[in-house]
Amino acid sequence: MPDALGLVLAIAAKDIRAELRSRTALLSAVVFAALVLVIFNFARDPTAVASVDLAPSVLWVTFALAAMVALNRAFTVEGENGALDGLLLAPVPRGAVFLGKLVANLAFVGAVEAITLPLFVLFFNVDLGRALPGLLGVTVLATIGFVAVGTLFSAMAVRTRFAELMLPVLLLPFMVPPLIGAVQVTARLLADRPLSEMLGWLRLLALYDVVFVTLCTMAFASVVDE
Amino acid sequence: MSATAARAYVRIGTAITLAGLVALAGVYVVALKFTPVELRQGLAQKIFYLHVPAAWNALLAFSVVGICGGLFLWLNDRRLDRLAESSAEVGVALGVVMLTTGPIWAKPIWGTWWTWDARLTLTLFLFFLFVGYLALRAALHDPSERARFSAVVGVLGLLLVPFIHLSVYLFRTLHPQPIVLKPSAPSLPPEMLRTLLVSALVFLVLYIGLVTIRYGVALAEEETEGRLDAA
Repeated sequence: MPDALGLVLAIAAKDIRAELRSRTALLSAVVFAALVLVIFNFARDPTAVASVDLAPSVLWVTFALAAMVALNRAFTVEGENGALDGLLLAPVPRGAVFLGKLVANLAFVGAVEAITLPLFVLFFNVDLGRALPGLLGVTVLATIGFVAVGTLFSAMAVRTRFAELMLPVLLLPFMVPPLIGAVQVTARLLADRPLSEMLGWLRLLALYDVVFVTLCTMAFASVVDE
Repeated sequence: MSATAARAYVRIGTAITLAGLVALAGVYVVALKFTPVELRQGLAQKIFYLHVPAAWNALLAFSVVGICGGLFLWLNDRRLDRLAESSAEVGVALGVVMLTTGPIWAKPIWGTWWTWDARLTLTLFLFFLFVGYLALRAALHDPSERARFSAVVGVLGLLLVPFIHLSVYLFRTLHPQPIVLKPSAPSLPPEMLRTLLVSALVFLVLYIGLVTIRYGVALAEEETEGRLDAA
């Protein structure tokens, strides 16, 4: 299979193109993330807790909630007009379909995160400074893991009666390890701590990515094949 | 034919469960009357003989769900799905016992109902995961879809355990929090160990009994669904 990567990218490109033409989901996810940030700003007592102490948790809770909204979309669009059946009839291995959807979701969630981050800096007056490259790195590392599980669960959730509720209920326990890791690393990055203090967490995040991307790719066939 | 099979499962399961309940009453008597009172914790420690066996068997139940899920994806045998479903439900029930007896003990001993200790957090998330598992089952109509989806969640759940454990462990060791009294895990006096093991065995009997009943119910449900579809 010389062009497995080509197939993955073709499916991802299809999703991204469809999203760029309507832009409704992306726009609502971004507005949702901005609203969560605003609410957080009012939910804390500025005299009691410094915003920089709260910043890592606020950032990651916002990312997690926005990702949840974004992931709900992944297979809802395929449900219309039996698009998923068409996709599955194509002579493409199931793993490639899953990875294509995963790449598209990563692009989607990544775009939401990329727009949320400057808003977060603005609203919470956080000085990212030298932490920015590290923050981008840990964001990628943590996002891959939970988006992989989320993509698989989203394919299941659309088949249920309350898809919008089912996805968070199933996915949140799986978000715990990547979120704890990401918050811990972010806090250390903002406090300008040495890399050695984050290494354990980064290893955990990388391991999570490897295990769950592999497992979800393998399990996808069991989800979509009758 | 399978209607009688379902009835047989329920009957055998009920017999096992009743025996387990009688034995449980015996455990109470042994724990309260014939096991020495712990020196520092006093009578509060007696809940240990319910809490720990319930926790052990809840974890056993959740492992059975994961293992059955993995085997189902491989062998595609409906019996494995029924077993996983039954085990998940009984596991959640045992989880409720574990999560209610725990805080009741922790309040007088630790001075707090709840603490974000590694083991507490892990079991809480496992409990949520399997509540979600049951919610997913309830929200799916097609039996084959239900079996496949829940098998996938079961397997992923089994693999999530080490990750939650590791992350909570890292979290805790880097941020030590004051705990009023640490649960020391020394070798127990033989009388206490005996009571604990007997209780664990009784809970295992209860688990088997309840799962057998639930298995029969699942069988009967399938029978009814099949008859409705045929009509």
